[in-house]
Amino acid sequence: MPVPTLEDFMSRAYAMELEATERYAQFAEQLDTHNNREVAQLFRKLAQIEGLHAKRILEEMGWPSVPALPPAFAWESTEAPETAPFDALHYLMQPWHALEIALRCELQAVQYFDGIAAGAVPERVRAAAKEMAEEEREHVALIKEWMKKVPRPAPGWDEDPDPPRLSE
Amino acid sequence: MNAPVTVTALQAKDFKSDYKPVWCPGCGDYSVLTGITKALAMLGLRPENVAVVSGIGCSSRIPAYTTCYGFHGVHGRSLPAATGLKAARPDLTVLVASGDGDGYSIGGNHFLHACRRNVDLTYIVMDNHVYGMTKGQPSPTTEPDWSSKLAPGGTGLREFHPLVIALASGANFIARGFSGDPNGLAALIAEAVRHPGFSFVEILSPCVTFRPEQREWKQAVHPAPVEPTDDPARAARRLMTDDGFNIGVLYKGDRPAFSGKTSEPLQSVEDLECQFRL
Repeated sequence: MPVPTLEDFMSRAYAMELEATERYAQFAEQLDTHNNREVAQLFRKLAQIEGLHAKRILEEMGWPSVPALPPAFAWESTEAPETAPFDALHYLMQPWHALEIALRCELQAVQYFDGIAAGAVPERVRAAAKEMAEEEREHVALIKEWMKKVPRPAPGWDEDPDPPRLSE
Repeated sequence: MNAPVTVTALQAKDFKSDYKPVWCPGCGDYSVLTGITKALAMLGLRPENVAVVSGIGCSSRIPAYTTCYGFHGVHGRSLPAATGLKAARPDLTVLVASGDGDGYSIGGNHFLHACRRNVDLTYIVMDNHVYGMTKGQPSPTTEPDWSSKLAPGGTGLREFHPLVIALASGANFIARGFSGDPNGLAALIAEAVRHPGFSFVEILSPCVTFRPEQREWKQAVHPAPVEPTDDPARAARRLMTDDGFNIGVLYKGDRPAFSGKTSEPLQSVEDLECQFRL
């Protein structure tokens, strides 16, 4: 999809952050329902962070309200680059897994913005894309640091001795 | 004097209710719910003008998760209930949600006749090739060699081919989607709703609990390499050679939707009574 103006580019970036916020919030709800409070809490935090990014875009652009967003199907892939897929979850997942998902999403975002910056776009768009890519790189570094602080799951983490649905 | 009423366009979130889904984390049905709500927003509909009817099973929980009118009915009987509703209230947009067990086994007979009747409904079947809610029994679309504790060595039974059956029975719109692509699903569902008559959307929606290997479907699915056809013979050839992972609209017929009107003039109550007079 062409990105002819800075406004188009920033509305795409805003839509990306918004989708990521919504998806992490949905993940938090899913894990709350399945009593995995620790990971639910982490996803809620990730949703909050993405929400702040979205808000900052509005402020930077001086938009008083939500801009006209690109259609949901305008992404080059099936969903926005920073949106985690629904099938990424497991009810026994641990914080490290949630951060791994977030890391993957941030890396996709870096790749996306780098791609725009490298394309045939107006100079203002290129500069903004470079800035966004840099910001996403910082997020990648932060998540990597965060991952060092949480235990890596032991093999067999998904084995449940008392599964909620056992097909005996 | 009444103030002018401002109607604002709704967003997908406006079609989601406050009830939190209880599906397993990772289930494809979350994505289908997102696809449905995005489609309804795209179509510019309002929740009070839409009804979602379902039967029994994981997929059939969907009506409660929307803000539309909902009917969580009897196992396999979502289509008769939806048909009655659409006949009585043609102004409503009626979506029907089902799964491969509910829709193709218990409700298999109703599926055939709903296709044949061609009432203006959108039938969304979340197919995961297993009875998930009841702990993983093989369903009509389960592969014959899928071995589990409940069917050691597999059933040895040939799978049901819902798209071929739908075409042979007269469905006016046939599509296949994949839950890994919620935006693509939204587009398919919106197109199905717009198309007159009985629209059938089969959605590959992995069951991560009983069929975790279905996570690999994301590598197997691919866009259908051909444009939709309105020729049933051509569609039949395509569907008979289909690998089960072609995504997109596969058939768009032009049969007029069932209107409920007959060519005979309606009889008055008095005329009817005459026939029973002794």
